[in-house]
Amino acid sequence: MKEEDKNLQSPFRRRFLQGSSALAVGSALPLSLVSANSSAQSAGQPRTLTMLAWYGHAEPDIVAEFEAKYNVKVKPKYYTGGDNMLALISQSPAGTYDLILSDAEYVPQLRKAGYLERLEAKDYAFDDYFPEFQKFPGHWDGNDLYAVMVRFGFLGVAYNTDAVPESKARSFKVYWDPAYKGKVGHFDWYLPNMGEMSLYAGHKAPYKLEADQFSKLKTVMKSLRPQVAGFFDYGGTFSGLKNGQLQLVCGIGDWITGTLARSGAKVSSVVPDEGGLQWTESLSIGKGTRNRDLANAFIQYITSAQGQVKSAKMAAYPALIPNRKGWELLGQSDPAEARRQGMVLQGHNVMDDIRSGKIVFRQLPVQQSIEDWNDFWSEYKEKA
Amino acid sequence: MSSNSSRRRWPLLLPPLLWQLTFFLLPLLFLFVISFWSVVNFRLEPDMTLKNWDFMLSRSSFWSAYGHTWSLALGAAVVTTCCSFPAACSLAFTVSERTRKLALMFLVVPFFTSYLVRVYSWQAFLADNGIVNALLALVGLDGLPMLNSDFGSLVGYVTLALPLVTLVQTMGLAQIDRNLIEAAHNLRAGPVRTLFEVIMPLAKPSLVVGALFAFILAFGDFVAPTYLGGGAPPTLSNLIIDTTKSGQQWPRAAVVAIVMILTLVVTSLAAVRLAYGRRK
Repeated sequence: MKEEDKNLQSPFRRRFLQGSSALAVGSALPLSLVSANSSAQSAGQPRTLTMLAWYGHAEPDIVAEFEAKYNVKVKPKYYTGGDNMLALISQSPAGTYDLILSDAEYVPQLRKAGYLERLEAKDYAFDDYFPEFQKFPGHWDGNDLYAVMVRFGFLGVAYNTDAVPESKARSFKVYWDPAYKGKVGHFDWYLPNMGEMSLYAGHKAPYKLEADQFSKLKTVMKSLRPQVAGFFDYGGTFSGLKNGQLQLVCGIGDWITGTLARSGAKVSSVVPDEGGLQWTESLSIGKGTRNRDLANAFIQYITSAQGQVKSAKMAAYPALIPNRKGWELLGQSDPAEARRQGMVLQGHNVMDDIRSGKIVFRQLPVQQSIEDWNDFWSEYKEKA
Repeated sequence: MSSNSSRRRWPLLLPPLLWQLTFFLLPLLFLFVISFWSVVNFRLEPDMTLKNWDFMLSRSSFWSAYGHTWSLALGAAVVTTCCSFPAACSLAFTVSERTRKLALMFLVVPFFTSYLVRVYSWQAFLADNGIVNALLALVGLDGLPMLNSDFGSLVGYVTLALPLVTLVQTMGLAQIDRNLIEAAHNLRAGPVRTLFEVIMPLAKPSLVVGALFAFILAFGDFVAPTYLGGGAPPTLSNLIIDTTKSGQQWPRAAVVAIVMILTLVVTSLAAVRLAYGRRK
């Protein structure tokens, strides 16, 4: 164990943190309440496991079984977007979050900033994972593991099935169709939108662009702007698709349309012929955690075949899973959902799309800075 | 004697002063300080650089957002003032004291519901296939594009500010000496002349303060331009969100926030001068 790790977990630090917490609580609550709380804990009250995650990852459909098994209460802090996540971590003392669920492209940033504990690869069922996901880019630093992939999904063209035929939605060109002028929306995050438009511009590595390729991307996007109704967050995209105001949305996939379709909305999403992006969510253990054993157990739980089935069918938003045994179990327990998501072992499945090179991992810009891309995004939003 | 009473007053003044210091001045100072900090690897690093100011103030997107926010907020102030005034006049002059109190109580009711919920409900009315366009279709008219436009944003701003502005105007109008209005009538001034030459000058402080409230609320609002305006073109509040999403650039977002605060301070001072300045 590294020296800094020892310090973080030393009894002195633990006593100090406990003492500080007690002092903080004591200033707000009568002493009697504090002592009552302490005695309740010693009487077997559940431990608390803190989790920083996208909404849904600590809801009962996902964590109830784990909570019951380990007598633990998973306490979430939900965020919306990787930047929001980074802000929350950077503003909190080490040990605030036992588990951190992040989009894969942020894992290297989290690791470099010293926010993650190193993991033991042997603790996890990587042998059950599809080979493509066993050594996921950015999750490893040499032979050191910092994050375990939990779920993923594709981003392509999301469309209203009543208004747009699937044949048209199978190309990004549909966004430029005059029939949908003012009905095209963007999910308000530069990364997936610019990645998709970069694919449409013919860039096989959509985030690794030379200066002239970046200029081409800008030109392509500017030509789309007159078609665009607006830029929407999760809630806005949801309601826009549901009430029919938006007939096409760029930058999202089944994680939104799948959820809406469950409630009867006439929406779907496809990976267009030009290719699609893959979003990936991964779990890490936060630096300075005092519940490493529990955090580790949770990652094992959610990456097991049973946990993966829960994750695939998560109420908040469905996703694909990287565990092959999870696919098998899903096929047995809910074949309709397995078919809907393309996680079938017989016949064409989503792994075929990945293996054909049609799917590219979403990542942060390589040649330009995040600011360069985001500045263009602001400029793009400004002018119709 | 007076020094005794001021000594006695100090303990009463201390809590609000401490409150303002802790929750207003210090955060404001911190906001100002971080506008000079840097971001390294997504983390704020104390620094003393002007690059954030230089970067933001030299961007055309910043000034476009500034102009757009200003014009929307001004539009909201004018529209809300015009919409509120007839209602406020009715409440102040034509109804009984009891009815006025009841109406004022009802004006507070919208605040019981979250503003976000109220804005979302407007989507059902303003959508292309929403209630308003359905009614227009019933009378044979073409539908209008209302959602995801500046019009949509304005509807949101008015939703936010109308009850408050009506309250302020009603309070101001109710305090006008009725004898002055009667005197105008007796001197054969018609209703329009009485309105413009007696009532409005006397109600000027409440009209200006009401409009100022509408301007302030609209200028900093994020909800209406996002959910009814479609987020484009961006307002300054949208720009703050975009900037923080851009690699944790809180210092640049602080620059935008400070410019917003300064704008509101200058506008408020001008409005107060207009409201309470003496007529020459």
